[in-house]
Order: sequence, then structure tokens, then C-alpha cells
Amino acid sequence: MTTEDKISNLIEENKILLFMKGNPKFPQCGFSSLACQILDASGANYETVDVLQDQDVREGIKTYSNWPTIPQLYINKEFIGGADIMREMYESGELTKVISGS
Amino acid sequence: MLSPIDIKNVIQRNMQCEVVEVKGDDGAHFEAIIVSNIFDNMSSVKQHQLVYKALDGMMNEEIHALSIKTFTTLQWEEFKNGEK
Repeated sequence: MTTEDKISNLIEENKILLFMKGNPKFPQCGFSSLACQILDASGANYETVDVLQDQDVREGIKTYSNWPTIPQLYINKEFIGGADIMREMYESGELTKVISGS
Repeated sequence: MLSPIDIKNVIQRNMQCEVVEVKGDDGAHFEAIIVSNIFDNMSSVKQHQLVYKALDGMMNEEIHALSIKTFTTLQWEEFKNGEK
């Protein structure tokens, strides 16, 4: 299975999926930590992938999303954005809407 | 050490934009505001992708962390008025 297939499967199998550094209990980067806090505050039931545990996914997801940074949020197979966009969407109330509709 | 002005210059050179402001003085963590007419009717993801593209691989190398805020010209006017 190629890295692209692996990433596709992960996105396919999880409605709300956050690619991050570390895990929600022990985030390894401020932006990943912020992303988890936002999802928690939005009441999201989400899964995470720790890219630090898989170098192929860590690099592969950047190409896959055409996005050079981690974290990255996917909801219903759609790329939502990184921490900055998540924060904007949270502040405008849009993120809660997308999550409750997922 | 990488300075905010270095980042500003790269963005200005590589994309059409009205305003670029970059802050951050530790050489690793930066915050950028980019205002551009080409952002009209574009999703935030697309807008940020254009900025990343303008940075031309710097995100993978020199820049450790960059927080990006994008505005259309109209949004920027509203934002500035809101601050007054």
C-alpha cells in the first residue's frame, strides 16, 4: 500500500480526523495543542494521527493536502485547514456548524 | 538569522498583494498578515495555499512556525475600521 493510499484510507475511515504532532493528551507542538483545544471546545468526536510516529505520513500528508504544515484537519474527507483556519472558523461559529453537520 | 523582513520580501516578490506585515523576532516563529485582491471569492484554504506557494519551500526549511491571516482588500478595510 502506498503512503497516499494509507492517508486516503485514514481520511475515509474517520469522519473527523486531525493529523497532529503527538496526541491530544500530549501534543508535541503549540499549533497541534491549539487544534485539539478547538476541537474539544467545539464538542467534536475526533480521531488523531500522530505524524511523529510515521515519517511517511508526516511528509505524505503535506503533498496530499498541498499544505506544508501540521496540524491538518479533515472532516467528511474534506480538507478544512490548519490551526489558523480552525481558529478563524471556531471564532466565527462556522466550525461548530461543520462539526455538528458531520 | 531569518528576519520578518526576509519573509515579507519573499512573499511580496512571489505573489500579488496589497499589504504584507510580518512579525516575530526569535528567528523561528512568525506571524503574517497578507492582503490581496486575488483573494476575492477564494476559500481560506486556497488563500493560505497561495501564501505557502509564494514562500517557495521555506516552510519545509527555514521557517519553523508561521501563523497566517489573509484578508481581501474589502475585509482589510473593515478590519482596520473595527480596530479604531
